[in-house]
Amino acid sequence: MSRLNRRRFLSTTALGAAALAAPAVLRAQGQPIKVGILQPTSGAMSYSGQQGRIGAQLALDEINAAGIKSLGGAKIEPVFGDAQSTPEGGNAEVEKMNGAGCAAVVGGYVSSICLAASQTAARYDLPYIVDVGVADSIVTRGLKNTFRFGPGFGVVAKTALDNLVALNDAAGKIAKTVMIIHEDSAFGSGLAKLLNTQLPEKGFQIIETIPHPTPTRDFNNVVTKIRAQNPDLVIPADYYNEYVLLARTMQQQKVRPKAIYSILGGAASSYKFVKEFPEAAAYIMDCNHWFDPKNPKALDLKKKVEAKGEFFTYEVYMNYSAVLLLADALERAASADRPKVIAAMETSTFSGHVMPYGPTKFVNGQNQGAAPVNTQVLDKDIQVIFPAKFASAKPVFPMPA
Amino acid sequence: MLSPILLIPAILNGLLTGAVYALVALGLTLIYGVLHIINFAHGALLTVAMFAAFFAYKLLGLDPYLAAIGLTPLFFCLGYALQRFVIGPAAHGEDRNILLITLGLAVVIENALLYAFRADTRTVNLPYGFSTIEVGPAFLSVPRVIGFCVVIAVAVALYLLMRFTDTGKAIRAVAKEKLGAELSGIDVAHIYAVTFGLGTACLAVAACLLLPTYYVNPHAGNAFVLIAFTIVVLGGMGSVAGALVGGLIIGVVESLCGLYLGESLGQIGIFVIFILVLLFRPTGLFGERA
Amino acid sequence: MKRTGIILAVVALLACVPLVTSSNVVLNFLVVALLIALVGQGWNVLGGYGGQYSFGHAAFFGTAAYTTGILQLHYGVNAWAGLVIGTAAGALVGAVTGALSFRSGLRGSYFALVTLAFAEVLRIIASVAPITGAGVGTLIKLDLRPEAFQFQSRVPFYWIILGFVAVSLLIAQRLEASRFGAYLVAIRENEAAANAAGIDVFRVKLGAMTLSAAITAAGGCFYAQYFLFLDAGIAYGPWISVEALLAPVIGGIGTVFGPLLGALVVKLLGEGTKLITGDVPGLDLVIYGCVLILVVAFAPRGIAGLMKRGRFWPAGRRHA
Repeated sequence: MSRLNRRRFLSTTALGAAALAAPAVLRAQGQPIKVGILQPTSGAMSYSGQQGRIGAQLALDEINAAGIKSLGGAKIEPVFGDAQSTPEGGNAEVEKMNGAGCAAVVGGYVSSICLAASQTAARYDLPYIVDVGVADSIVTRGLKNTFRFGPGFGVVAKTALDNLVALNDAAGKIAKTVMIIHEDSAFGSGLAKLLNTQLPEKGFQIIETIPHPTPTRDFNNVVTKIRAQNPDLVIPADYYNEYVLLARTMQQQKVRPKAIYSILGGAASSYKFVKEFPEAAAYIMDCNHWFDPKNPKALDLKKKVEAKGEFFTYEVYMNYSAVLLLADALERAASADRPKVIAAMETSTFSGHVMPYGPTKFVNGQNQGAAPVNTQVLDKDIQVIFPAKFASAKPVFPMPA
Repeated sequence: MLSPILLIPAILNGLLTGAVYALVALGLTLIYGVLHIINFAHGALLTVAMFAAFFAYKLLGLDPYLAAIGLTPLFFCLGYALQRFVIGPAAHGEDRNILLITLGLAVVIENALLYAFRADTRTVNLPYGFSTIEVGPAFLSVPRVIGFCVVIAVAVALYLLMRFTDTGKAIRAVAKEKLGAELSGIDVAHIYAVTFGLGTACLAVAACLLLPTYYVNPHAGNAFVLIAFTIVVLGGMGSVAGALVGGLIIGVVESLCGLYLGESLGQIGIFVIFILVLLFRPTGLFGERA
Repeated sequence: MKRTGIILAVVALLACVPLVTSSNVVLNFLVVALLIALVGQGWNVLGGYGGQYSFGHAAFFGTAAYTTGILQLHYGVNAWAGLVIGTAAGALVGAVTGALSFRSGLRGSYFALVTLAFAEVLRIIASVAPITGAGVGTLIKLDLRPEAFQFQSRVPFYWIILGFVAVSLLIAQRLEASRFGAYLVAIRENEAAANAAGIDVFRVKLGAMTLSAAITAAGGCFYAQYFLFLDAGIAYGPWISVEALLAPVIGGIGTVFGPLLGALVVKLLGEGTKLITGDVPGLDLVIYGCVLILVVAFAPRGIAGLMKRGRFWPAGRRHA
């Protein structure tokens, strides 16, 4: 075995060996730093992968204007990988990124891809920054290389519930009964499970929890059940297409609860949905990833993205922020050496992102300040209604009849 | 759960949904019944039709029901050409090869759409898209009711075509006994292509019926494939009446199972029926005894 | 037994790969390709030699994967024991579904569709059942010790899957040389005649299906150890059923090396198209699909078929 170990060590890719053995001197001449951008750009999640890549590219354009100063203005060279919406695909791409000598990998999007890819990256001490994937298990495996910039669904559920209680109290406790509609894979099921324990604790009564597959062809029965049982609140947690179908069906069947309070609702805080179906979208609330509306950089980015004819979706600004976060780590590490990058990430206090998180602080790989915010669709636009610090409008609760 | 407030809408909705499933299955059952091929590309072809209907609306302003009039012959030709010039020749007559070719076609079509049109989900917001008719406790969506009527009409038309026209008789002859049909002078390759064309034309109609209430993206058609296969088996391979009745039954089953078991587990009803039919009456409701 | 020699030579050659390269990209690629070759060989036993095409091999793959995953996660069972039990579980599912299907006399497309339905039923159950973690999935704990069937390096995984594939090749070879195999092929060629000749058709088909399921199930357990995460779509999804049939059909159905050849070719094709097209979404798969169609059009007996005759094998039985 020792013979193999030596061979493997010697014939590891040149960059990798150089990064491990030699100091940052090799990079000082402005040699580009490779960073893997992993997204599911084909397969079922292709839209999200596509949006994620847009965000990453925008960040790269911005960084490469001046390059990483502490490394002599070195530019970041992206190594794009298509995870093909499967863990095996993500895995294979990370292997390639490692082979190409990437200093880090950003992305993944789907929880199962993030799990597999970050694990593979861990073999090589390759820093892995999760863009969106919300499964709590991503950061509880004790992997030193894995960092998540955004919140996990534990935090999302807790924030959503705290905000719901505040909202309800402010309106005079008008909501009591709840129906949960969720997609049946990792994020929907995980969320529903948490809600089922936490909602009753806060005094809400869950009438029914309805899981559904992705894709679901028709929501008429689900909506009939909602109408029959008449809950005060409907809480959906879905991917985009199913959410839109559900909302449209509710509009069609004239089902109007006191509020549609989504948690990680796929379309609930999507400009695309609001633009295409304004009546169905009106007054829908969401507790989801959202940019900081008071940050001029965020608004600037929004303009840039919309000028390209794209929608400003969360995949865009979360990947944008994650790549900037990495660049900051590279800057402070003054090296593309993987252990140094990991160390820099661990001590990161980055605030140049566009999310309402405050400066980053990683504990066991999870950014502590990461949290979702509450939005509501008002006047054909999406406003932040909670927390007050980032709010741009007052909530309308209950929904007008 | 047995309250009529839930039951009646579930059954009615099931019938409406089942009608569209039936139309998709109609195309598949013809293709299976005659060519004896399991058409893996059926879902991808449905997706193409949905894109076509979408662009007919977006670029030409054509209402989907009107677009169907133009798209149906167009897709008939597409299906004809596909069978005549791609699938038929490449398969060398071997069943196994056709399976692989339709699989390859499915991959090509779906990803060509992804490449050309990206992954965005596209929808149309029609003025009557949200209209409903009240039938008892149920609010039935107008586009879906229209869809139901159109499906019945198409099924009847196809049935009459198969029963009374020369082409229909030729198709049935080839399905029953290919060698004999060939010997009596029927151009089998042409009949195969016509059948595939008819199957694809059904998809064009189905796409136009779905567009007002559903959505379009490169993967949209896949969701209907397995259900279509179930209906083909339930109704009897090659039977038009079987596809229609089977589709309606499956629609109602899906709806009721969803009601009692939840939407996720409810899907199991479809496959359990699938398995039971295969194990105990493989020829289906209207199929010919083997 | 000249064939055994060839098998051993091929395996020995493949075993040397980690000694020549330390590229993990290559090793990972080969591990996945070999896994597909294993699963494909399982399919080949039933489909290639037996002529019974299954579209639902995911049922065996997934059952084995979940069995070993759940046993490790919830009952603290050792991973190697999990491998054995998982394989047995997969084989059991094969036996049960086979018994039901063959008892009803299902053949051809009907058989293919019923296997598909069984796989889907299992997938749906797995997506809601609490024991599998339902939607959240099953995450096997990271525990990089050989005793836990997990390794820091890719190399031991490579040798293990190679070992499994070697065993499957030997099984296929023994099948070809055995009386059981002869019965199986006879059933494939003409079931009625085989029955008339006194072969217990049901027994033979059932045996083939159980063996086929067992081989594929071993692949499922390996997948669980290599990737450490399962959900309903991964375990029972159509992707693995398609891979299981694609490899042998491309490589040469009903041959010993067919699945291995096919798996390597198909995977190489996938990688090759990605390289050519850069990272434009979808384009690589378009080319992949086109090449697939072309391969079928010009090499209908699969690659091994091409090699066997050294020229195009003319169209076989026309479908009646």
